[in-house]
Amino acid sequence: MADAARNVTAPPLDSGAAQARPVSGEPVEMLLNMGPQHPSTHGVFRMVLWVDGEKIVDIVPHIGYLHRGSEKLCEGEQYHQVITLFDRLDYIANFNNEHVYVRAVERLMGLEVPERAEYLRVILCELNRIASHLLFIATMGLDAGAMTPSMFCFRGRERIQALFEAVSGARMMHNYFRIGGLKEDVPEDFMPRLRELMPQIREDLEESDKLLSFNEIFLARLKDISPVTAEDAIDYGLTGPCLRASGVEYDVRKAAPYSLYDRFDFNVPTGLDGDCWDRYYLRVQECYESLSIIEQAMEQMPAEGNVLSSLGRRLVRPPAGEVYVRAENPRGEIGVYLVSDGSDRPYRLKVRPPSFCNLSAIRLMLINTWVADSVVILGSLDIVMGEVDR
Amino acid sequence: MLNSIKGMFITLLSSAKGLREPVTRQYPATGNLLQREEAPTPVQPRFMGFPALTWDEGVGEPYCTSCMVCIRHCPTQCMSSTMKDNPLQAEGKSSRRKIVDSFEINLNRCILCGICVEWCNFDAIVMSHEHEMSTYVRNGDRVDLPVLLELGYKHQKETDWVPPTKRGK
Repeated sequence: MADAARNVTAPPLDSGAAQARPVSGEPVEMLLNMGPQHPSTHGVFRMVLWVDGEKIVDIVPHIGYLHRGSEKLCEGEQYHQVITLFDRLDYIANFNNEHVYVRAVERLMGLEVPERAEYLRVILCELNRIASHLLFIATMGLDAGAMTPSMFCFRGRERIQALFEAVSGARMMHNYFRIGGLKEDVPEDFMPRLRELMPQIREDLEESDKLLSFNEIFLARLKDISPVTAEDAIDYGLTGPCLRASGVEYDVRKAAPYSLYDRFDFNVPTGLDGDCWDRYYLRVQECYESLSIIEQAMEQMPAEGNVLSSLGRRLVRPPAGEVYVRAENPRGEIGVYLVSDGSDRPYRLKVRPPSFCNLSAIRLMLINTWVADSVVILGSLDIVMGEVDR
Repeated sequence: MLNSIKGMFITLLSSAKGLREPVTRQYPATGNLLQREEAPTPVQPRFMGFPALTWDEGVGEPYCTSCMVCIRHCPTQCMSSTMKDNPLQAEGKSSRRKIVDSFEINLNRCILCGICVEWCNFDAIVMSHEHEMSTYVRNGDRVDLPVLLELGYKHQKETDWVPPTKRGK
């Protein structure tokens, strides 16, 4: 019975199979639709669950509700316009997305980026990583039923976003990184504000950490839920915190240092069991590592200098060729495959989004768990549908 | 049991902190519950609201010559414009040979990326601080030249705008 259910794809909703299927002598199985308009699916993600009582027998994920054809749109936009599309992939970590794209074009053109611009990029990317993880902590708390920590996390995120607005003029869709540098230098009061912000972020982090991480109810909801072994995590192509929670020490910033990440001293935290709580706590630890990277970058950064390469602001036409660039996003490893035919628009642009690959393990993680746990398991993957569907 | 007490203690501490300094606030107003100011939430100086056209007060005409560089670089094709011979140039008052005749921006399409401002060679377009422009009419946000100039003039007055090409140095 259960095996038979695993081998079918979800039938159409009007086929009558959506009702319970009583089979003589067998437990009653039911088809349960979760999403696309479900608050805990973090966007428009639909799961069709085959449940036996409260136990999940099988699951069929449906994606594509937020498909906008970003990759195809990129082929019609000039290189500097594509940055706006990359803002809208993983819309929680915009700076990180912009960074990987501009790095791809710079690699293709062999551009040298001024040091100050690169430092500012690293600072902004790490701040964005903290903002993204803060949002994760907030939603993870909400998924498990904790309302209060989300308020504190959102306050911390708000402070970071106010700084982003001062730097780029927008809270989320920044469009600030340019091919060869930055749009303009940061405002004069950026460094004082950042220095003021750092202890505040640390305080916000510690506060939500204290409230949530070792809370007894929270632990009961998350610990030992859906553990993923290191082998499984590697086989399914999990990256980022989801992979490291299983004990694999793999971080693109360490494994293949890009930008200036070889100049900073930071740890790559790993988990032990790869369960939901490990996936949660690893992100908390990563926030502290990001803070230390920002502190080091603030010390090393040249006080003034150019922020745009000698190329300046102009239409770029990279030489014909192809390039694959990867980076560590808050959600995992993002890859950009860019093919140029020498014109002012990309010939082909393919994104390897971390959320999409992490989501592929959802079936492995959900089978034989309880329906109530499916919410926290999906939440612990930290998916962003804008990136999954593209 | 001990854990519950510990958790309650942390919650209590955090609540006390929250009372001193509210985390949220009523949307358009600033201040806190006790001191409420009805002024809109301030934005950062670099804030990118809807684009607007600037007004050259020295001559009394728009900066825009309708060269269409912004239109060509717009990722969403939200703008269109036409150009005419500048009457003030014939009178010798202006150095612009051509001047904008009509300009339309569909603000529903605009994604506030600021690329138009970056590429403009005539300091003609600016990202205003205007960001609440909902209307009850379909296509009510398709704004034309007078509205854009009014928005831009308001922004120039409010922020002591200096043309980017004359900035610094």
